[in-house]
Amino acid sequence: MTDKTLTLAVNGSNHTVQCDPDTPLLYILRNELSLKGARYGCGQGQCGACTVIVDGKPVQSCNVPVADFTGKSITTIEGLGTIDAPHPLQQAFIDEQAAQCGYCVTGIVMSAKALLDVNPKPTRSEITAALRDNLCRCGTHARIIRAVERAAVAMSSR
Amino acid sequence: MSRTNESSPLPGSLSVNPTLDQWVRLAPEGSVTVSPGKVDIGQGISTALAQIAADELDVSLARIVMKPADTMNGPNEEMTSSSLSIEHSGIAIRYACAEIRGTLLHKAAERLGVSAERLTVDDGVISQTGGQRKLTYWELVEPGMFHRAATAQFQPKSPDEFRLIGTDVPRLDIPAKVTGRPSYVHDMVLPGMLHARVVRPPSYEARLVSIDDEAAVRAMPGMVELVRDGSFLAVVCVKEEQAMRAARALRNRAKWDDRTALPEQAAVYEHLKTLPQQVHVVHEKGDGAPKTPAAQTLKASFTKPYIAHASIGPSCAVAVWNDGKPTIWSHTQGIFPLRVDLSKVLRLPEPEITVIHAEGAGCYGHNGADDAALDAALVARTVPGKPVKLQWSREDEFQWEPFGPAMSVELTAALDGAGNIVDWTHELWSNTQSTRPGRQPEGTWLMAGWHLADPLPKPPPRMIPLASGGGSDRNAVPLYDLPNAKVIHHFITEMPVRVSALRSLGAFANVFAIETFMDELAEAAGVDPVEFRLRHMKDKRARAVIEAAADRAGWKGRPTGDGTTGMGIGFAQYKNKQSYCAVVAEISLEADLRVTRCVAAVESGLAINPDGIINQTEGGVIQAVSWTLKEAVPFDRSGVRCMTWDDYPILRFDEVPEVEVVLIDRPDQKSLGAGEAAQGPTGAAIANALAQAIGVRVRDLPLSRDQIAKALV
Repeated sequence: MTDKTLTLAVNGSNHTVQCDPDTPLLYILRNELSLKGARYGCGQGQCGACTVIVDGKPVQSCNVPVADFTGKSITTIEGLGTIDAPHPLQQAFIDEQAAQCGYCVTGIVMSAKALLDVNPKPTRSEITAALRDNLCRCGTHARIIRAVERAAVAMSSR
Repeated sequence: MSRTNESSPLPGSLSVNPTLDQWVRLAPEGSVTVSPGKVDIGQGISTALAQIAADELDVSLARIVMKPADTMNGPNEEMTSSSLSIEHSGIAIRYACAEIRGTLLHKAAERLGVSAERLTVDDGVISQTGGQRKLTYWELVEPGMFHRAATAQFQPKSPDEFRLIGTDVPRLDIPAKVTGRPSYVHDMVLPGMLHARVVRPPSYEARLVSIDDEAAVRAMPGMVELVRDGSFLAVVCVKEEQAMRAARALRNRAKWDDRTALPEQAAVYEHLKTLPQQVHVVHEKGDGAPKTPAAQTLKASFTKPYIAHASIGPSCAVAVWNDGKPTIWSHTQGIFPLRVDLSKVLRLPEPEITVIHAEGAGCYGHNGADDAALDAALVARTVPGKPVKLQWSREDEFQWEPFGPAMSVELTAALDGAGNIVDWTHELWSNTQSTRPGRQPEGTWLMAGWHLADPLPKPPPRMIPLASGGGSDRNAVPLYDLPNAKVIHHFITEMPVRVSALRSLGAFANVFAIETFMDELAEAAGVDPVEFRLRHMKDKRARAVIEAAADRAGWKGRPTGDGTTGMGIGFAQYKNKQSYCAVVAEISLEADLRVTRCVAAVESGLAINPDGIINQTEGGVIQAVSWTLKEAVPFDRSGVRCMTWDDYPILRFDEVPEVEVVLIDRPDQKSLGAGEAAQGPTGAAIANALAQAIGVRVRDLPLSRDQIAKALV
């Protein structure tokens, strides 16, 4: 439980952090690296609000120790795009107005990104299956599915 | 622009907050700051109010800065609840902006030596048609010029003058949220900020007896403070993960005396009926005797369980004490009512407490936000000068949030020989629908206040009068044209489980009951359910949404009870005063009941942001599908047994129906609150679709596999 020095590759850059290696990745991202996009929803890996992409796969960052992520490539929402230059997936969410409170959205965008990276033309069922571990309480599901479909089209015509 | 001659009473929230510059300020560099007292809870109200301000002032949307509500300067608009933000805040901002615009226009007229009628405004630039000289708002405005009471003498614009009102202006906040920018109270960082976790008692009536080796917890890495005040326990640490560890350690070492005794979940409705209660006849129409003899009398009983808000983001607050005065950032729905209770518990005069709104996850009513605010204030008091962020865990939120109360409804109705409803009685049993802070003279509804060594009592629960929209009796008075109707409200004053306001309050259960009962009556009368409703409804706006939903859903071609598919309808006008909403649901029953499609028709008068209404309606439908199919808070005799999403499953992406919304825009009518209108109609539509499919009625929510199996036996 003593602090260790770890190096993490996040959004293409290396970051050195001093922390308890058992700390779930989520808190290191949010507090040590000031990346607020991944969110605390349950701490139990059940809601997807904390989803990031690790070596191409969606991972819930809230209950996996940060030490497990050394030597891996982590992408967070901040690595996709910015307000001034949003990723097509983010733009699709804006165009479809696919948010109400918006709290679940960053985790869902990351799950969707991981899907589209391996399956650029998903069917609606494949989208909903990929988002099965992401919860939305506001009921924005229909718009979110449309946003992912829209992004798939935009991204495949790039 | 026109001036009215008579002095009208100030509209909406202006009546209580008449000072113009409390609402709108023109900053020298060309921006316009708008400060509503209503808060954004994810329903998009900030964008809608910005559209209103931009249109009434004739400035571009880009100039508008929406300021989060705070208790220092802002208007007091009490609670953002009950779907009243457009009706109360929107109208206030319309009149305030109209007056500012009109006043500046008249000042420009004097300067330019022309009559005001010959001037136009374009993005804050006033000019004369055909003239050369221009004056801007910012050249004309003087310090303190609008530090005066509104007079409401300038009329807001008429629909033909709107530019942004009535259009789908994209939500101002979505780009930041979808790119992960700090947007919520959870994302706040202040210099020197510490992290806190509360260690709640294991159950409602547990009291702290002792802590094993408290010193060992105090010695843990990063510990700044261990807070122990009666049964209120919390830890403050330098890092968030340290607070989580310390809280876990403290929880393992705490010993409690637990006297909690809840009813058995299976018997809760009967148990509630035995508790102390007041009986009120809240509505009575007719002489009690049917005008024509009853050919048939039908009776049915319905139940709706405790339902959780289940916000995706557990509650959170940030607090700091400076010079004995706290500032708290909270996602509360009511900064001023919260402050009333904080004042009582912290024993400070209200003006010495500052509450600032910061967004949270969707709350759908009174969740843990206000409690987290008190928790943060209590904890931060032990480390003066240091900001503290206190985060509830998922377990905290599930176990301790106040739930939508369990309700029972019994309906009796009589049909005459022609199939008309001639008599109607609606009897309901429920706890109060609101234990929000602020209104009561004694005690506090904020839970930490009950756990302190010197605790405050719980206030006596109160009913919301039906004239103000009602609580458990919300939408219990049917909108249908009935010659005789009676509503009896059993207000149960003892509350075994913590309860408070959940989206639509009593309307969900009441509309569920009324609308499924309407189908039963239609069947007894031998009439199609849509036709039966229209026969009993003269209100044209109600008829319009019923017909629109039925039409779009393809009602005429609906399947006829094949055992696995069905289509049903539900309708209500929220509170009989606000938005009209009809929902048609299609279901498919295989291993489990699935809702495959919902069509909602909604009418909210003048739609400020049509897509905003559609978004909220879609959301209300899908949330109500989840409530109807899956949701009931689990508990046993020793307490609430809801800790994780496994304990409280909600609808997932692969279970959502297709949803279509038909929005009927009525710019000739005043805007009506829309956010809660779909809940009840959706629940009923699903139950009616199920009944159409299998020929059996399930009247007890949720429509789980067990409930359906029971009804089929």
